[in-house]
Amino acid sequence: MAKVPKADELAKVNHRPPQTPWTETPVEFRPGTFCYGAKPKNLEVVGLPNPRDWNPTDEDWKLPDDWKDITIKGMKDRLDKFRTFKLFMDICVRCGACADKCHFFIGSGDPKNMPVLRAELIRSIYRKYFTGSGKILSKYAGARALTEQVIKEWFYYFYQCSECRRCSVFCPYGIDTAEVTIMARELLNELGCTIDWTAGPVANCYMTGNHLGIQPHAFKDMIEFFVDEIEEVTGVRVEPTFNRKGAEVLFITPSGDVFADPGTYTLMGYMMLFHEIGLDYTWSTYASEGGNFGFFTSHEVMKRLNAKMYAEAKRLGVKWILGGECGHMWRVVNQYMDTMNGPADFLEVPKSPITGTVFENAKSTKMVHIAEFTADLIRHGKLKLDPSRNDNKIVTFHDSCNPARGMGLFEEPRYVLKHVCNHFHEMPEGTIREKTFCCGAGSGLNTDEYMEMRMRGGLPRANAVRYVHEKHGVNMLTTICAIDRAVFPALMDYWVPGVDVTGLHELVANALVMKGEKKRTTDLRYEPLPGMEDEEDDDV
Amino acid sequence: MNASRSIIFSLVAVGILVCLPLIGVAAGMTSFFGVIIPYLAVALFFIGVVARVVRWARSPVPFRIPTTCGQQKSLPWIQSDNLENPSDTKGVVLRMILEVLLFRSLFRNARMEFYEGPKIRYASAKWLWLGAIVFHYSFLVVLLRHLRFFSTPINPLVHLLEGVDGFLEVGVPRLYLSGLLLLAGVAFLFLRRVTIPQLKYISLPSDYFPLFLIFTIASTGVLMRYIYKVDVVSVKELTMGLATFHPVTPEGIGSLFYIHLFLVSVLFAYFPFSKLVHMAGVFLSPTRNLANTNRMVRHINPWNYPVKVHTYEEYEDEFREKMIEAGLPVEKKE
Repeated sequence: MAKVPKADELAKVNHRPPQTPWTETPVEFRPGTFCYGAKPKNLEVVGLPNPRDWNPTDEDWKLPDDWKDITIKGMKDRLDKFRTFKLFMDICVRCGACADKCHFFIGSGDPKNMPVLRAELIRSIYRKYFTGSGKILSKYAGARALTEQVIKEWFYYFYQCSECRRCSVFCPYGIDTAEVTIMARELLNELGCTIDWTAGPVANCYMTGNHLGIQPHAFKDMIEFFVDEIEEVTGVRVEPTFNRKGAEVLFITPSGDVFADPGTYTLMGYMMLFHEIGLDYTWSTYASEGGNFGFFTSHEVMKRLNAKMYAEAKRLGVKWILGGECGHMWRVVNQYMDTMNGPADFLEVPKSPITGTVFENAKSTKMVHIAEFTADLIRHGKLKLDPSRNDNKIVTFHDSCNPARGMGLFEEPRYVLKHVCNHFHEMPEGTIREKTFCCGAGSGLNTDEYMEMRMRGGLPRANAVRYVHEKHGVNMLTTICAIDRAVFPALMDYWVPGVDVTGLHELVANALVMKGEKKRTTDLRYEPLPGMEDEEDDDV
Repeated sequence: MNASRSIIFSLVAVGILVCLPLIGVAAGMTSFFGVIIPYLAVALFFIGVVARVVRWARSPVPFRIPTTCGQQKSLPWIQSDNLENPSDTKGVVLRMILEVLLFRSLFRNARMEFYEGPKIRYASAKWLWLGAIVFHYSFLVVLLRHLRFFSTPINPLVHLLEGVDGFLEVGVPRLYLSGLLLLAGVAFLFLRRVTIPQLKYISLPSDYFPLFLIFTIASTGVLMRYIYKVDVVSVKELTMGLATFHPVTPEGIGSLFYIHLFLVSVLFAYFPFSKLVHMAGVFLSPTRNLANTNRMVRHINPWNYPVKVHTYEEYEDEFREKMIEAGLPVEKKE
């Protein structure tokens, strides 16, 4: 694995384009800036094309013999199926408004990371094979022939886009590079040129129900481990159930939170909250994944993985589904699920059994975001909260790309946050809400061999965190996304040491005063609560 | 292709387009350049734009994917932003009006500034927005003013527009601001394209060509009005002939006019086949023209098809023993 350059070295970014025109600048696979190719076994599990051993640095990518026809036909199919794709190929005027909006461009200076040029990588092929002017005038019309070199370039740059949609906020025509990237990745997938970091989780999720490949008994074990942890901290024993028929609510969250810190604390937070309000809910080992790396593969694979949510809700006979903190999961749930796998007419319009609130905004999809659910609980005074337990945390909030730009979930988490902690500072306007910056590793790019690019792509976000870190002493970055929780610790260590990462419901759980709890001296991480530093010693 | 080659290519193209009517009219081809070409161009424009829109519209919108730029509509006590994140048709219409008429998204623009450290700042950057507004609106005014050539009597609204446009009341004939602003707008759009390195890097001949074309059209118009005056009465005779489908080509209209008319024709004909169709396309953009009502109202994908899934039954078959051993409920005991 490539060594990541030191921060001060990486910080020297040259944003001036090279002398050679982009069409004549070949792609260079430098370790640290690309992800490994998909292993054949992972493609075979879901029946994806052209499984083989290969790596992006290989000269020969072992493409199928008719790779060119596959690609052109694949483009035609998608042009006919997606108005977005067709329109976005035609109407860009290259005004450049998007150019410096991409975190990967800001952090790398590579001109092909400007959204406009990223899209031109495929637009130039579109012109050549689908427009009259491109066929006749060729490069004078901005067209170029499809070669293997182009496929390599696509692979490199469409896996340097995290589908965060920030550029689409600024585009005067709403051209969404995420949409272009999704199409390009579908085309690459047809040639078997995908990355293992998405192919592996997809294969796992398909077979075991979650990205990490946790089998049912192990999933139960892991959750129960946290039951013990919660009891240790609070003295309260929560009692989660699994695959239980007749529960009112099915709860689904990303498996990353079952697996690794600091997501695990958020997971504990969910269970404490549900226990405290007496929610009649169940986990599912079959639908044990909120995230959907199929979304980073193709529309079809997304649908195949997502199908488990409704299928399991139906099998268990629950009334509605509650979804945990996850970014792209919520883009899929909010903008795709009902269309793909609905109608969910076997479910009821979600109604909070605690407050009686009917979630009209989810009346068709029948799935509620936990930040909406908790905000409603707090609004109705159903939770006893002691925000001073989070007083040692000076908090800022990172809007995860997908809930921000694919949903508009801005106020709910902030409302919750303001009720569970006393020290909250926003990062600068222009880096939050709809203008939020990607963590640098979204859309299935959160792998270690990609670390240099992750640090580069995460720089704009880290820079804004550093601003509030220096100005307000912020030491805790809150997010509502499992990928964020997985990748921010490394990013913060690299650019802003001294800032830790948490999920929203970890803070909720710290502040939550539970019935029958013992005198709490530590937070969920066994760190002493403010004012309890001495008591902690006494206990030991 | 590098920038200078793109620019030269576009300049040469416009140069040739200027020469064609010059030579043609000298050779007596006035009806070709004064009648046939304009009719062809206008026909191409309308047919082309309609065909383009139909082509786009034939592709469905399988998913409802608006880019949400404001608070969603969720709990009743949370103020939702119906403009930036519409939850009904009214919101969508308003959002589109702002987008189409005022270039709302472009107004958001900010410029990234990268300092040592690294420290990154985002500075206000409204110049592109302003340049775009000036360019598009002055072009619109110029276009509307030209209606005086296609109607008798002249619509009072055109007179009103001319009054406003010429409010400075300088010069004979009176100076119209829109003409100058259009030239200034085009010049600005060109200059930023060649002075901002990233922009220069992404620019294609098809970015420079329309700028040069429009600049030449506006210049020939300005020249005709203020300096090398053409016979306006004859010009109107010709344009009225076109408008009433009784085309005539009066003698003695300067060749400058034919150059102007030819380039306008080229612009019309070029429009549907170039990036200029963004004018029509913006209305169809699914990230802008849809309400974020995804969880309220099911969106239908016309080509939604069944897919192969790993069913619960298959899953249980695979893990049944382990599930039973772990005390997990199962559908089939053995």
